[in-house]
Amino acid sequence: MSIPIDLLANAVVAGLLLGGFYAAVTVGISISFGMLDVVNIAHPAFIILGSYIAYIVNIHLGVDPILVALIALPVFYLLGAAVYQVYYVAFERRGQEALRGLAFFFGLLFITEVALILTFGVDYRYVEAPYIGPTWRLGFVDFPLRMLVPCVVSVLLVIVLQLLLTRTFIGRAIMAVAQDQLALQLMAANPVRIKRIAFAVSIATAGLAGAFLIIIGPVEPSVGREYIGRVFAICVLGGMGSLPGTVIAAMLLGIVESFTATFYGPSWAPAVAFGFLLLTLAVRPAGILGR
Amino acid sequence: MRSWSFFLLALAVGLSFFVLCMVVRNDYLFFAGYVVLQFIVLATAWNILGGYCGYVNFGSAAFFALGAYTAIALHKLGASPDRYLPAALADLARLVLPPPIPVLMLLGGIISGVVGLGMGYLTLRLRGVFFAIATLAMAVVLQTLMINWDFVGGSRGAYVIRPASVSILGFSLGYIEYLFLVMLMLAVAVLTVARLIERSRLGYGFATIRDDELAAEAAGVPTLRLKLVATTISGAFMGMAGAPLPYYLGYVEPGAAFGLQYAVNSIAMPMIGGTTTWAGPLIGAILLGSLQQIATVTISSAVNLLIVGVLLVAFVIIAPAGIVGLVQGWRRRWGAPA
Repeated sequence: MSIPIDLLANAVVAGLLLGGFYAAVTVGISISFGMLDVVNIAHPAFIILGSYIAYIVNIHLGVDPILVALIALPVFYLLGAAVYQVYYVAFERRGQEALRGLAFFFGLLFITEVALILTFGVDYRYVEAPYIGPTWRLGFVDFPLRMLVPCVVSVLLVIVLQLLLTRTFIGRAIMAVAQDQLALQLMAANPVRIKRIAFAVSIATAGLAGAFLIIIGPVEPSVGREYIGRVFAICVLGGMGSLPGTVIAAMLLGIVESFTATFYGPSWAPAVAFGFLLLTLAVRPAGILGR
Repeated sequence: MRSWSFFLLALAVGLSFFVLCMVVRNDYLFFAGYVVLQFIVLATAWNILGGYCGYVNFGSAAFFALGAYTAIALHKLGASPDRYLPAALADLARLVLPPPIPVLMLLGGIISGVVGLGMGYLTLRLRGVFFAIATLAMAVVLQTLMINWDFVGGSRGAYVIRPASVSILGFSLGYIEYLFLVMLMLAVAVLTVARLIERSRLGYGFATIRDDELAAEAAGVPTLRLKLVATTISGAFMGMAGAPLPYYLGYVEPGAAFGLQYAVNSIAMPMIGGTTTWAGPLIGAILLGSLQQIATVTISSAVNLLIVGVLLVAFVIIAPAGIVGLVQGWRRRWGAPA
């Protein structure tokens, strides 16, 4: 079978752009699950929440969705801090995070979804922004701006987070809490406070990713579930807690999904992430850039 | 109490409940009761892995739907065997397909059990969370598979026309009563198995995994093998609960078979009832199941799911040991000499 070169190039570019967006979706999980060991399966629910906030403000005030998400960052930060506080008091301190902590996050995921369905119904919602329609063409390769803008902003987001984590005191403390809590305590830093900050940051990124999600395509409340397999597949494949690994894995998954969609049809795409996840777990559980 | 006498007692309670429903002669009672019984099976099956071993399965809906789709596939095959099978096999198929519900249940159970075994083998060697995440993802993938599989209806769904009545041992029974009875038997069976496991060597092995897997491994408990056994049993019962679904609903599409309510309820019911004994999921399923049946009729089906979610979160935070744990706590407090 000969594959036309322009179709191939377009599939690769579409995959890379999609992968950039996946990086923004996953980076929060890389922090909470990869570094803090908090299995936040409700992460996609916060992403959808971000989408709906961007949608409401955009429809009523006409503000750019990414700008809305940036303004809403502190709100999501506080929400994340509150969720972590409950999680810590109710589960982590009692050492019950394995079974009940998971059930707790599952409950949160479920409540958010049902509450959104009750308020907004199951209709698809979308936003309006000047960059959603047009497409740049470079030779025979298409760069749809609605994909390109989220991709660029999310790569920026990951770079900023990586700089924060490696260059600031708090950031280094977050990296340290993943390795040795006791040693961190001896350095006079409170691990619970550090974890709360890190978890809050991870939820803040979910708010931003939510804005990207609704720019890329219409959103309805149950879309979040499709992302659970994806984000954990990327997180594990990239190597737990490694942000550069997350970006590489996200791009990889983006390309494979884009190829599947191009050559087999888009209805198969959700199955790809699962294959990735199982393959990674079976062959190399440490991931690409894992220690 | 010995397991046999427990089984007979459970059977007697179940049958007298059935007779009571027959005396009342209200069809709605059977339709609602079937759903509650189905949740008893799902919750108890979930608890065999989740409560006894401490491994969370978010994919109950997937195992359940596998059972339902096994039934649909066999039903379709039985409806027009010539189209899909060579002539020699077609005659045989016409003879045995579609099989009676108990056989369908068994087949659905086998398929779900095998899938559970495979999933477990790939992910149970790692930390527990990976298993939980993989089950979550598996539900999405199996749904994708069913949406793309035209033979079982794809995303359009499949119709199954159920007979009006069935005759057992000379008695003629309405079909919904028959389904109710079959599900009742399954519920009795799963409760007996759960109780048997709880008091056997197997159950103690499971408990060591839940309490401290590393220590159990060090003490010579074959943890991987035990986890695989638990996953297979649990998956098989979920599949068995799903097999009669097409006959109950009459029409099945992927969204209905993989509905989130199955995954959520099968976690919420044991968590609310209490995860360490067979009575927990039973209590949870009866309470939550009836509550939902009432809420669906009086309020709306979306609100009743919200109630389940809120109850789940409230219970895991406030009463981690569930209703059984609360009762045990009270008994200890009141029963202790002052």
